[in-house]
Amino acid sequence: METAVFIVCAAIVLAGALGVVLARNPVHAALSLVGTLFGMAVLFLNLEAHFLAAVQIIVYAGAIVVLFLFVIMLLGVDRLEDLSVEPITGQRTLAALVGLGTFGLAVAFILSSDIGAVGHIQVLTLDITDQYSNLRQIADVLFTDYVYAFEATAALLTISVVGAVVMSRRMARSDEAQESAGDD
Amino acid sequence: MVTASWYLILAAALFTIGAVGLLVRRNPLIMFMCVELMLNAVNLTFITFGRELNDIGGQVSVFFVLVVAAAEVVVGLAIVVAINRRRPQATADDLSALRG
Repeated sequence: METAVFIVCAAIVLAGALGVVLARNPVHAALSLVGTLFGMAVLFLNLEAHFLAAVQIIVYAGAIVVLFLFVIMLLGVDRLEDLSVEPITGQRTLAALVGLGTFGLAVAFILSSDIGAVGHIQVLTLDITDQYSNLRQIADVLFTDYVYAFEATAALLTISVVGAVVMSRRMARSDEAQESAGDD
Repeated sequence: MVTASWYLILAAALFTIGAVGLLVRRNPLIMFMCVELMLNAVNLTFITFGRELNDIGGQVSVFFVLVVAAAEVVVGLAIVVAINRRRPQATADDLSALRG
């Protein structure tokens, strides 16, 4: 069963990823991204990370992709992009070489190392057990060992939201200043 | 039985697709989506190793990656919106200077 789920989800994930890279229309790319993220959430379930599978759907598919679509519609860049033109000569050849190198090295490393035989490594944070729910185990670690990091992410989110608002507002005001200066 | 290697190879493939997309595409929005693909590949690696090493720390790391990804998208899209006000339909090739 796990094998079947893995094969189907891997196909969805890879098809969605290729859709993001190859789509000429940004809206289609964003929708392909939803497919990838959804397949990834099911893979998380396969790996018994239940909480993160739910968060993946809510945060990524629910918030981030909607933000992408919102910006695409707001800017009106949902026109087709001409992919036949290569902006820099040899760029795609070099990018393909880099990709093949990355993938080849990663796969060679994965296959040559014995990942399955790591049972002797000491557990750093907390065992994954069946005694408590997945959510409770994450919360135990998050609010004890990583509580300062957790507070820091709260500050990070606040700063980024304030930064986004300030950036949009200031640009608008300087646009108006420039226009009024141009009128004079 | 699906071994950890399968998940890691899938993550490597996803990371590669994202990296090549980031190098090839010139639309800033698509480039952001490719970064998201790469972050997701790393998340899958974290969770796979977490299960393989029987350690919940992998899933906690993914939680932090999700938060940072959300913050990154918010700031990145604000920059894209700000740039588009000044220069409509700008691609990454047009943005060689930081000043507007």
